[in-house]
Amino acid sequence: MSDGATLDGAGRKDLIEIRDLSMRFRTQSVLRGISLTIHCGETVCIIGESGCGKTVMLKLIIGLLHATEGGVWFDGQDVARLGGKQLIKLRLRFGFLFQMAALFDSLTVYDNVAFGLREHHICGEDETRTIVADRLQEVGLPPGLERKKPAELSGGQRKRVGLARALALNPEVMLYDEPTTGLDPIMSDVINELILQTQQTKKTTGMVVTHDMKTVTKVADRVVMLYPLARLAPNEPQIIYDGPPEDVANAADPRVRQFVRGEAGERLRELAQLRASGN
Amino acid sequence: MAVATASAQSNLTQPPSTPVHRLGEQVFDTVAEIGDVGQFSILTLIWIFRRRPRWSVLVPIFYAIGVQSVSVVAITGTFIGMVLAVQAYHSFQMMGLATRLGSVINISIVKELGPVLAATMLAGRIGSAMAAELGTMRVTEQIDALTALGTNPVYYLVAPRFLACLLLIPLLTLMADFMGVIGGAVVATQILGVDSFAYWKHSRDFVESMDIFAGVFKSYFFGAAIAIISCHRGFNSSAGAEGVGKAATEAFVFSFIAILFLDFVLGLGWNTVYRSIWPQAQGLL
Repeated sequence: MSDGATLDGAGRKDLIEIRDLSMRFRTQSVLRGISLTIHCGETVCIIGESGCGKTVMLKLIIGLLHATEGGVWFDGQDVARLGGKQLIKLRLRFGFLFQMAALFDSLTVYDNVAFGLREHHICGEDETRTIVADRLQEVGLPPGLERKKPAELSGGQRKRVGLARALALNPEVMLYDEPTTGLDPIMSDVINELILQTQQTKKTTGMVVTHDMKTVTKVADRVVMLYPLARLAPNEPQIIYDGPPEDVANAADPRVRQFVRGEAGERLRELAQLRASGN
Repeated sequence: MAVATASAQSNLTQPPSTPVHRLGEQVFDTVAEIGDVGQFSILTLIWIFRRRPRWSVLVPIFYAIGVQSVSVVAITGTFIGMVLAVQAYHSFQMMGLATRLGSVINISIVKELGPVLAATMLAGRIGSAMAAELGTMRVTEQIDALTALGTNPVYYLVAPRFLACLLLIPLLTLMADFMGVIGGAVVATQILGVDSFAYWKHSRDFVESMDIFAGVFKSYFFGAAIAIISCHRGFNSSAGAEGVGKAATEAFVFSFIAILFLDFVLGLGWNTVYRSIWPQAQGLL
């Protein structure tokens, strides 16, 4: 990749390019030969069963993990080749909402949201206070919450504080790791709305790892489905769907339709076989 | 659609499981672990010199490691001195050397028991707590979150803890020494009836400032070892309550082994250096 200025059909710049990415933990392969391009401004939902490598892919993108083979190019830069200050600069262009929010237990809500601003000396304390108040307001949290510790918050509040913290540094790309997991349907919808609002108001590029089809319907411009490697033949591609969200329910591949409908299918047969072999 | 569960198994290289292979794997893992601890230590030192941790991060950690350990260390030190006095008194009295009790108690405390037992107590109190805290941060992705926010976790989490252990454990050791000396003196002179003047005179004649320094010198290494081992265990904690519990236990056990090993190695080293400078000296570390 020379300068990252490649454009897609709609004239959008290629922002993230994943090339032939493979990841293996000791003897367990999680990702194999993944190639994917994320365009500037689009929101891509990565769906798939638990354990198929969705979260690992997100972590590989910002260099939290290192790929066994292949790599990730962000805006023309090979993430694996970046080090020190360059890697920090790159990471600051991303916001990451972790599955369980990953708020720092020892810090208050205020200090959590202000963390990145203070660590990187982005602004003075007065401006930090304004930014924190704005971000908390954007995610719909009352000012009185600022002095609380994460342990005192509900699951939905934690997710929203996590989102406020991720947005504090005005990232270009937002990575959401299962943003609605563990939340009630109403709070899930609130989080989906916030993702949508972030995408529209801040014009961020988004990658949303989820297995919640409501999230997909609401926020996705494009859907990519990964399939667990253990269920694939050696030469089968791991990405079994890459297309618009409207078509995902009627995809040609029955495995995609099965996932969208939430049908156990042959898994019930496998379960019965396992039980029988156990007896 | 060919769901090839069986063929997919060929994807995974199953390790052979003969005893020789398992032994080889164990050796390989141990060597890799030692290398990892070495790399972790070097990274910590680099970050300490590269950028000083912020006061707002340092102060709470110094408070938790230093101030909150004072009572535990004081109690440990006091009882070391008291027990030594009780145990040594009868033997010394039978030999008519009860007045020499002070020299034995105090030299034992400042050179060996004070530093080692204070460090052991602190490995249990601080080391396990640090490993459990960092382990919880690892499994709840807080360490990943730090990295994602552009902050190096070794700089933010390990460097302040290392500094706190390195600087405060020697001070806590001095405190344990002091309380041990007082505890031993109270039991010997007030309960067992040893003459107070003789007790302190023999102590002063036998215990030199170099002996106190020798104990404190060792405690710097004990502090560094506790910090590195405990933080490393926490950083490499496996998932779940069991993983964090295991990290906390290993932090204490490995720190304790490191304390005893360092005590032996530093004792040998100190004696060699001491005797080469003062050939007539008789004191052993």
